[in-house]
Amino acid sequence: MRKNSRLPNLHNLGIHLRILLIVNLLAVMAAILLSQHLGEFLPTVAQLSALVQPILLLSMLGLYALYPLLNKLKYWHGIAAIILLEITFTSLIYLFIDHFFAFDANGEAYRACLLTAMVTSIVLYYFYLQERAYSPAIAEARLQALQARIRPHFLFNSINAVLSLIRSQPARAETALEDMADLFRVLMSENRDLVPLAQELSLCHQYLDLEKLRLEERLKITWQIADMPSDAMIPPLILQPLLENAVYHGIEPMPEGGEIIVKIYTKHKELSIIISNPYAPENDRHVGNKMALKNIKERLKLHFDLESSIKTNVKNNRYEVHIRIPFGS
Amino acid sequence: MTILNILIADDETPARNRLRDLLADIENVALVAEAKNGKEAIDLALQTKPDLLLLDIRMPLMDGIEAAQHAQKLEPKPHIIFTTAFDAYAIKAFDLNAIDYLLKPIRLERLQAAINKAHALQPKQIAALKPLQKARTHLSIHERGRVLLVPIETIIYLRAELKYITVRTAEREYLIEESLTNLEAEFAERFIRLHRNCLVTPLFIIGYEKRKNEDDEQQWVAILKGIPETIAISRRQQHLVRQA
Repeated sequence: MRKNSRLPNLHNLGIHLRILLIVNLLAVMAAILLSQHLGEFLPTVAQLSALVQPILLLSMLGLYALYPLLNKLKYWHGIAAIILLEITFTSLIYLFIDHFFAFDANGEAYRACLLTAMVTSIVLYYFYLQERAYSPAIAEARLQALQARIRPHFLFNSINAVLSLIRSQPARAETALEDMADLFRVLMSENRDLVPLAQELSLCHQYLDLEKLRLEERLKITWQIADMPSDAMIPPLILQPLLENAVYHGIEPMPEGGEIIVKIYTKHKELSIIISNPYAPENDRHVGNKMALKNIKERLKLHFDLESSIKTNVKNNRYEVHIRIPFGS
Repeated sequence: MTILNILIADDETPARNRLRDLLADIENVALVAEAKNGKEAIDLALQTKPDLLLLDIRMPLMDGIEAAQHAQKLEPKPHIIFTTAFDAYAIKAFDLNAIDYLLKPIRLERLQAAINKAHALQPKQIAALKPLQKARTHLSIHERGRVLLVPIETIIYLRAELKYITVRTAEREYLIEESLTNLEAEFAERFIRLHRNCLVTPLFIIGYEKRKNEDDEQQWVAILKGIPETIAISRRQQHLVRQA
């Protein structure tokens, strides 16, 4: 048993969705077992459901509320507490039925409590296995593998650009090398913790300054970030690779260059980041593009599970990536 | 000692500056022109007749690989050295086929050595470049000692005639020596085959009409935007009319 197992994050919508799914699946299985023939199946499901859903609802609300406390306990204590809580919730529901419907369910209640404890164990075991699959050690290795992916194309072209400046504009060459050092420090560090949005943006500025060195007036950037919460926490290197994509696919193939628009805002406790660039289908080299997107998608999933999303679309000759990340309380 | 005339093509100003600085340090070479893309390189090469082209691979409008192919029609045929920061796929092909290339950032000694041994591309090497290329952006036409670049998007139709293919744009006709089958494969998304001997850009088709041909048979023809000729549609392609 590893020491650093953690309880599932009961404040995460994705976790609750999975609990709902597993428990209902088990209920349907039970219904199949109980039914003698097909006609009995649906009534049995309904009967079980009438018991299962109230317990589920109460559990989810209860666990959501108690999660901050549970999370302070040691892993095993937390597990025991959750199982005890579930038995309590089941008993409460039975007491409620007993009281209001004057329905003697005492014998049933013991059975139900036992079943609840078993189902809870199954669900917790599932989360334990899932957490192990995404364990920090493995996740970190994956994050590392996922991160060291700046285009060699960019590295060598930038060095080439700096070399061209050394004779004529040594001061600009100095700044460019400093920017490169900062950029690669972040790229090579073991950064799996979330960083403030402002920090990621300053990295993006350094990156874009380097690209401007090569592409000059062909590269135009518009920032629509007046409503941006600078302190929002995001995974590191989410924006920079997308800008790199935008430059590689949207600016470099155009003789006259084009405009990259970055828009960041919050809405309904969600942080939205939208990056768009000019798009010409004949210049499409989507292979590299998909790699970077897949990479970011996977990292968002490691950090936020089902609560984040990344979508791409093409409209009005512009290619757009839209990232949504949970934000706030 | 003769002077070697060199043309460089790169879309990035710093990259051109760097090459210019390096060439200044090499004896017996002269920089005769600087181009920002492949098309400009060919246009400038026609005027300046360089002995050597230094072509970046990734450029907008027309890349270095395509420029090298059009350059084969130049007189005298220039030597070619490709430059690239990183293109694993191309580099592998260059190595396999002994095609000259330089990796950016370019070093003075390497540039010097490459210039000393640079040679014109052999037919086998040209063939090896083909798979590196997306569809061409232009067709190059050799005409009375000149090379004309015809942008693909201005072509209304391509018609095979005995030895040649007629390339029709709104302004005029050109003749090229290529195979219609190869052109059809290269530009599969651009043209449709209306007849055994003719590829047409669907964008230019404004309508279809039934007419009598020389043998007094009824036949469908395509009416084209901006030009008086029509293109006969073969029986096998008549489903295109029905879809329209």
